[in-house]
Amino acid sequence: MTNDVEIAIRARNLSKTFGRLRAVADVDLTVARGQVYGFLGPNGSGKSTTIRMLCGLLTPSDGDIQVLGLRIPEQAEKLRQHIGYMTQHFSLFTDLTLWENLQFLAAVQNLSRRQASLRVKELLQEYGFAGRASQLAGTLSGGQKQRLALAGSIVHKPDLLFLDEPTSAVDPESRRDFWEKLFELADAGTTILVSSHYMDEAERCHRLAILDRGHLVADGTPADLTGALRGRTLEVSAERPRQAKQLLMQVSGVISAAQIGNSLRVLCDEVGDCAGRIERAFAAAGMSAEVSATTPSLEDVFVAATNEHKAVELRGESE
Amino acid sequence: MNWRRLWAVVIKELRQLRRDHITLLMIVGMPILQLVLFGYAINLNPRHLPAAIADQALTSGSRQVVMDMLATGVIEPVKDAESPQQLMSMLRRGEISVGVVIPWDFERRRALGESSVQVLVDGSDTVVQNAALQLAQMPLTYTPGSPRDSSIPLPELPISVVAFYNPQRVSAITIVPGLIGIILTMTMMMFTAVAIVRERERGNMELLIATPVSKGELMLGKLLPYGAIGLIQTSLILLSGVLLFQVPIRGSLLDVYLSALLLIFANLSLGLLISTATQSQFQAIQMTFFVFVPSILLSGFVFPFEGMPEPAQWIAELLPLTHFIRLIRGIMLRGAELVELWQDWVALLVFIVLMMVLAVSRFRKSLD
Repeated sequence: MTNDVEIAIRARNLSKTFGRLRAVADVDLTVARGQVYGFLGPNGSGKSTTIRMLCGLLTPSDGDIQVLGLRIPEQAEKLRQHIGYMTQHFSLFTDLTLWENLQFLAAVQNLSRRQASLRVKELLQEYGFAGRASQLAGTLSGGQKQRLALAGSIVHKPDLLFLDEPTSAVDPESRRDFWEKLFELADAGTTILVSSHYMDEAERCHRLAILDRGHLVADGTPADLTGALRGRTLEVSAERPRQAKQLLMQVSGVISAAQIGNSLRVLCDEVGDCAGRIERAFAAAGMSAEVSATTPSLEDVFVAATNEHKAVELRGESE
Repeated sequence: MNWRRLWAVVIKELRQLRRDHITLLMIVGMPILQLVLFGYAINLNPRHLPAAIADQALTSGSRQVVMDMLATGVIEPVKDAESPQQLMSMLRRGEISVGVVIPWDFERRRALGESSVQVLVDGSDTVVQNAALQLAQMPLTYTPGSPRDSSIPLPELPISVVAFYNPQRVSAITIVPGLIGIILTMTMMMFTAVAIVRERERGNMELLIATPVSKGELMLGKLLPYGAIGLIQTSLILLSGVLLFQVPIRGSLLDVYLSALLLIFANLSLGLLISTATQSQFQAIQMTFFVFVPSILLSGFVFPFEGMPEPAQWIAELLPLTHFIRLIRGIMLRGAELVELWQDWVALLVFIVLMMVLAVSRFRKSLD
């Protein structure tokens, strides 16, 4: 029990079914305090459902959850004042001003009148809304809305912050600013669980979980995850990349080949000398190609993880 | 119940309402508009009905009859006609509501005491029909009997009607008290019916339920500001009813407001229940009409309660408006006291408690 102080979220066999759809299936999760923990996965992979179950907004069909030492969903009401939750879609009131929105949130989060007005003033300053307190929230740009939503979700200085795809509709510069803010919060001791489908954002996290169709398919630090693929990623330069891609997909052991400019990024499975097989295939086809090793990226991790999971599922079905 | 959080929800609702200009306009405009509409336009003693007169006799006697008819102000000639056939086609086309035929042998018929003038009337409107019946009696009182060939049987004897509380039969006096109920039912139920479902549609609900704000605070916080608005509407209708139509308030003004407050909260709590049961604002509005239409028809506002078949009366007893109409007519027109009418305010109170309990228990602070 001693390490519970260090653990912010612990989930075991977490599952959620909607009718016949298994949105989340047997997810095990451990998030240490003070971490920026990333949820990576395509749309519909169960990221939002998992986050909602962790904050007690959805009742799991199966499994156990402990968040900040509280049993969820039984003790969800107690948890609310210790967490911040930033929804995927902008959920502040568009017909209230920035000041009114933050004041409202401060009041429902049990801040006293004096605390609230100090905190709101401070947040407006810190989040770049100085002098715009009386602007309606609905008139903000996409990036500004996200910044305001973040400010709103931390008005009560929560220990744990859930962010559901906070930057999915935001330009790259706003995304960078947004992540700066997240790291400031993490430095101040806030545990952050953030979902995304951007690889560059995933790379910034202390630790990552990759979700695919409700299953947790990989879990670890970005370095561990990419390190495990060392030697399996190749760069193939060929004259006609589109034809080369068709040829590559027929070589045994090639999981994926993605065209990047004039070259192809290839991910192989663990078996044998993939580079040799590719070279021989090109030679046999009378095409010239240059094959070299390249450092694995999180995208490769993602492709490899979802592909292996698919293979496991197929094997399961055929048995 | 945390008062600071409850107050925050109330203030938030009021701020949102302040920015919603159309709703604001509706709050003030609807009572006044409805009052003027019901009070002036829906007059059960119509005047200036479009008419045409086919005078085939063209004698001084026939002209005198026409002049007498026009002098009543009930009809106003808009077309010329020469034959009954012409009048009938005008009626069919809706160009006139009343046609008057004076046959060529008018003088001879009058001398013999036969029916000498025929009034053709658009019977598809009962109000017009009644007006025409009166008209038919008025100028020709010395003509006994009724026209055999007319589709409108004229009464043999004039029926005298003695109306208590509204001897002049001014529609506004009975309508204004009921109108408070109609307007409050319509606006109050609508406000809260969309209140929760709107926040669900706009995504605000996911934010709200992730905060420590409680179900009770959220519900009551939505109820209180609209309760205040209901009282403002009540005052508007009362004030314009008194100023425009000299509607009497024979009982105590406090009783009037207490009854109004009961109806306001009955409708607000019913609206909240609707809001927890629907998926979209559109559905919520549909549901309010599902309650609103029977309320208008069965509450005694339009038809007398006693005249309705028993099953309809049972349904009417379930509607808050029925009890309010009894209360408000009793207090405003008969000068009754609220205490005397205890069945009706107890019924409203029970209704409010029941609806609130159902609404709060149906509402879940989760997305399941």
